[in-house]
Amino acid sequence: MKVSTQIIIDAVLDTLYMVSISLFFGAILGFILGVILVVTRKGHILENKLIFAIVNPIVNTLRSIPFIILLVAIIPFTRLLVGTAIGTTAAIVPLVLHIGPYISRLIENSLLEVDGGIIEAAKAMGASPFQIIQKFLLPEAFPSLILSVTTATIGLIGATAMAGAVGGGGLGDVAITYGYQRFDNTTIMVTVVILVVLVQVIQSIGNSFERKIRRVS
Amino acid sequence: MIEFIETTKEFQVGTSTVTALNHINLTIQKGDIFGVIGFSGAGKSTLIRTVNLLEEPSSGQVIVNGKELTTLTKSQFREEKKNIGMIFQHFNLLHSKNVFENVAMPLIISGVKKTNLRDQVNEVLAFVGLTDKANRYIDELSGGQKQRVGIARALVTKPTILLCDEATSALDPQTTKSILTLLKKINREYGITILLITHEMEVIRDICNRVAVMENGRIIETGNVLEIFSTPREETTKSFVQSVVRDEIPPSVYEQLKSMNDTKKIYSLKFIGVDVGQPIVSQVAKKFAVDVNVLFGNITELQGIPFGHLIVELVGSDKDIQKAFLFIQAKNIQIEEVVARESEHTNHYRRGSRYAVHG
Repeated sequence: MKVSTQIIIDAVLDTLYMVSISLFFGAILGFILGVILVVTRKGHILENKLIFAIVNPIVNTLRSIPFIILLVAIIPFTRLLVGTAIGTTAAIVPLVLHIGPYISRLIENSLLEVDGGIIEAAKAMGASPFQIIQKFLLPEAFPSLILSVTTATIGLIGATAMAGAVGGGGLGDVAITYGYQRFDNTTIMVTVVILVVLVQVIQSIGNSFERKIRRVS
Repeated sequence: MIEFIETTKEFQVGTSTVTALNHINLTIQKGDIFGVIGFSGAGKSTLIRTVNLLEEPSSGQVIVNGKELTTLTKSQFREEKKNIGMIFQHFNLLHSKNVFENVAMPLIISGVKKTNLRDQVNEVLAFVGLTDKANRYIDELSGGQKQRVGIARALVTKPTILLCDEATSALDPQTTKSILTLLKKINREYGITILLITHEMEVIRDICNRVAVMENGRIIETGNVLEIFSTPREETTKSFVQSVVRDEIPPSVYEQLKSMNDTKKIYSLKFIGVDVGQPIVSQVAKKFAVDVNVLFGNITELQGIPFGHLIVELVGSDKDIQKAFLFIQAKNIQIEEVVARESEHTNHYRRGSRYAVHG
């Protein structure tokens, strides 16, 4: 292996940093968009054609841009937001814009899975739309939301591999610059193994958390 | 009290309009257990949902306890909803919460502090017999227990009206009985007016005092349960009544008709109320020179009053049979002769016209 252990460790930390920060903001963004997509749709508790007609295509547009293109396409916006277009922090802006809409679709699915009867019961007892979201929809969808966020996290790890394109660092960057470009198969193997382990760990945590919430032993 | 005045509900399905409720006029009195029966698609589900505005009527009014809900502000309306409990066919309980939390939900929604609702929740849990299940989660309960949670949740805000949307349709017959008994108890002990919809005539028979039959968005027949069961006018009503009170003539009776001669006649007797307790069969046999063979019998109970149907064979001379006939008729029992119909459909038979004596 032509790279030091320190480089690998730094790369892992960079990846975790990018994943966690962008997951945090992406989840907030995705959560808000997901809830809007559900409650403003036709026949739902806050049906609103205009809002749905605005949010839905925005989410679709962001979802349809390949991440590597999004990464460079929004460089001016990134510079505006975080002051720089290069580096790990700069990679977070496109990561959030990439994962937020993705999470919103997952959250949308989870919320739509909640039995309509629950909403009817909530309405019958006089719950306001906000109460329906807060006390009925979200708690009922929670186990499914956990799985959605787990899936999104793993998607994020994949996306961070491309962060190298804007000098974002991370495991993917190491694999490309040290492994691929220098013909160092060992480095590629090591990064792949670390990524596999990372994904396994995250999926297991997500699954066990979900099972605990659903009270499945 | 619930009043429907010219209540109409139309749905837009694609380019066509479906009329789910067609000028409904109906009054449910305080203290009633009022049943609305109909086949699927009759509009009964829409009807019950207009009472708490889960469906808003397209035109006409629904007046609940003197208030027309559509005229209230949103907050007044939410307040009013505490007065209207509702239970559902599929219970619609929160799986993420335990029994106690589910039942407490309407109180939490209306802003009662968590520390102040314990007594109220425990009281209704005791009433429905689930005190020991308070900490269980919904998926650990049986269907009957789930519906009891639903009932407790509906009662916790002390409503004056309870809406039951096919509340027993997902339950087995035995559990249905126990839930119906509970509904009756709610009506009796709390004086809560119950409006229920169902497609099962047994439910109407077991607990309702008044019933309306719906078809194609209209109410085709309404009245007290005894009336509807004894003298259904519409075909749909008749078929519902027959699902519980089998009064069609069994094939074995038709077999008997084939070997009929002048000294035997077959009659169908319908009892409503007290008469059924009278030993009519033995009286007839004693008083007149006729033998009475019971060929078929079916007795059910409506609001504590026996309601029944007997098919008997009277054997004797024409004169004696006619005397017996008049005697039975005088006892306020509907009696009709069962005769073979002369038609090209050789196996079809029909009863003679009501109260007519066939010589």
